[in-house]
Amino acid sequence: MSSETSSAAAIGDVEGVSLYDVDHPAPVIEPPRKRTAKTPKASRGNFEMYAWLFMRLSGILLTVLVIGHLLIQLVLDGGVSKIGFAFVAGRWASPFWQVWDLTMLWLAMLHGGNGLRTVINDYAERDNTRFWLKMLLYTATVFTVLLGTLVIFTFDPNIR
Amino acid sequence: MATPTLDKTDNAEAGFADSPFITATFRIRRFNPEVSDEVQWQDFQIEIDPKERVLDALHKIKWEIDGTLTFRRSCAHGICGSDAMRINGKNRLACKTLIKDINPDKPITVEAIKGLTVLKDLVVDMDPFFQAYHDVMPFLITKGNEPTRERLQSPEDRERFDDTTKCILCAACTSSCPVFWNDGQYFGPAAIVNAHRFIFDSRDEAGEQRLEILNDRDGVWRCRTTFNCTDACPRGIEVTKAIQEVKRALITRRF
Repeated sequence: MSSETSSAAAIGDVEGVSLYDVDHPAPVIEPPRKRTAKTPKASRGNFEMYAWLFMRLSGILLTVLVIGHLLIQLVLDGGVSKIGFAFVAGRWASPFWQVWDLTMLWLAMLHGGNGLRTVINDYAERDNTRFWLKMLLYTATVFTVLLGTLVIFTFDPNIR
Repeated sequence: MATPTLDKTDNAEAGFADSPFITATFRIRRFNPEVSDEVQWQDFQIEIDPKERVLDALHKIKWEIDGTLTFRRSCAHGICGSDAMRINGKNRLACKTLIKDINPDKPITVEAIKGLTVLKDLVVDMDPFFQAYHDVMPFLITKGNEPTRERLQSPEDRERFDDTTKCILCAACTSSCPVFWNDGQYFGPAAIVNAHRFIFDSRDEAGEQRLEILNDRDGVWRCRTTFNCTDACPRGIEVTKAIQEVKRALITRRF
């Protein structure tokens, strides 16, 4: 009536001799970062809530900013072929486009950075890995944001 | 059906033409640390009525074929929450899953729920799960003197948290959550559901404390709304909705 495709007796036999028995059980595989009674209790602070809210709100703003940016740069008025030094210089002569690009830079970098921080928190198992991945992320984010801001504000159309 | 297995064995062997029995293969993920550190999938072919449940099949295997098969079950009727397991890749209660509903033509895979330490076969270490439950203070907290009569509540106030009172703590939701798989520090859906049950209870006065706990780094903000928990819940609790309601309560509390 019943049959077993594999024999239970064969489980764990390494060349006929099992390394483990009742007194010496095999190690079990613990899940990463499991919760115990020693897990630190909740810390007060709303950082995670603000980060969560920021993702939603910046996402809405970025939809407008990025789609507008793409339309202007790639579709309207001749498309991508019109982009050159003169085109960028002409746009950044206006404070409106400076603010637009600055907002887009900051929001996109922080939105993406926070998203990656979430991914690191979700997937990095060891505390050290987490820490260094996040340090790398923060360094890259701060560098890009500062460099971009510097360029937008100190852009000199007569550089050539 | 006091002694179903004996009767059925007789029927099957007699070979009745209208026999309800089919041959189903159960592919079970075995792990026994006293024998090996290796996990092994083992196939069991049994004759069983497809209207029976997966738990009946496991009983049949344990009682008639291989007594070493280890799993938890207590009430066997969907209330105690002991026998949550991953059946055909989905978290379910073995005692509420009919064999005919999960395509017995193919081998039915049965394994322990994920994200918790497997101790033997289908038995996992539930301590981290109950630690998270414990940490959200799942009990009535009130201030002032004890009233001389019961604490009354309107039907509307009771209705507010009715859905989350159904939880049986089977861990099907928490062990289906991809965030929990990778980071056990996350409270997990079940703990949040049980916090929700008291946060929205008009008689309870520690909602603020519980919200503060769930506002933590490992609290509700780690939820990615993948809806795995809602899909997994054998009690049909809208788990993701409950988590979102806690998020909303946190935000409206601040602004």
